[in-house]
Amino acid sequence: MPDTDDIVISDQSDLIRVRQALRAQARSAGLGLVDETKLITAGSELARNILKYATGARGRLRAEQVAAGGRRGVRATFTDEGPGIEDVGAALTDGFSTGGGLGLGLPGARRLVDELTLTSAPGSGTTVVIEKWQR
Amino acid sequence: MTGGPVPVMQIGDTLLVSLQGDLDDTTVVRIEEHLTNEVARTGAGGMLIDVSGLSVVDSFIARVLTRMVAMVRLLGAQVAVVGIQPAVAITLVELGVPMGGLDTALNAEQGLALLARLRRADRRAG
Ligand SMILES: Nc1ncnc2c1ncn2[C@@H]1O[C@H](COP(=O)(O)OP(=O)(O)OP(=O)(O)O)[C@@H](O)[C@H]1O
Ligand SMILES: [Mg+2]
Repeated sequence: MPDTDDIVISDQSDLIRVRQALRAQARSAGLGLVDETKLITAGSELARNILKYATGARGRLRAEQVAAGGRRGVRATFTDEGPGIEDVGAALTDGFSTGGGLGLGLPGARRLVDELTLTSAPGSGTTVVIEKWQR
Repeated sequence: MTGGPVPVMQIGDTLLVSLQGDLDDTTVVRIEEHLTNEVARTGAGGMLIDVSGLSVVDSFIARVLTRMVAMVRLLGAQVAVVGIQPAVAITLVELGVPMGGLDTALNAEQGLALLARLRRADRRAG
């Protein structure tokens, strides 16, 4: 099992690869089933956002093992070079959507993981880093 | 019944379906169409959907599932969703997908009892 997975996100069929990579990473890190399911689901939402809002803009996932203070975990970094997000705070709020969605992908993903960092600006793409740690 | 994206079993006028594996979006939408058509074609009064084989249900899959249930109800049939894995249930609630409209049960046996109850209530109302 390699420590790092790099996956291109350019088509809905890539969602399956994203979920598989996160499952494998969760198992290597020794996460329990509930945490594994939460990590995979959060990642699936973030990959969907890339497909919906940053189509064809070099969407990628890097998933890797992390360790600190004797605990292990998974870090998953979703990047794209799409249009970026104007109001990052609003995007993380339940119910905010510019695409006619329910606006629950980002805030929901944040609830499912231990750490979510969203970095974005109009014109300079979007990076979302999530981490899920062993309990 | 062959050729569909998912096998459908019929017992009496109830259709039984089991969803399994990591489904891509195209497959999810094909399943939705297929099951809706099967209810119309067979005139079934109830459908039991076993989702115990789904280890991940994200917001898209959840939305298609609830939309399909709404369509099948419009066709006059009742739907019970059974076997949601505990980890999936916990995740869906935390994610915040509204799924309150679904009638759910722990397993197939309880699901069939639930369907029978729903259909009795439906007859009384109609
Ligand atoms: N990768 C991205 N690039 C550009 N904009 C994004 C990206 N991800 C999210 N956004 C913006 O943030 C908003 C909120 O995203 P979120 O996933 O919470 O909701 P949604 O995708 O609109 O709806 P849902 O996820 O419920 O289908 C989006 O409507 C969009 O404006
Ligand atoms: Mg979204």
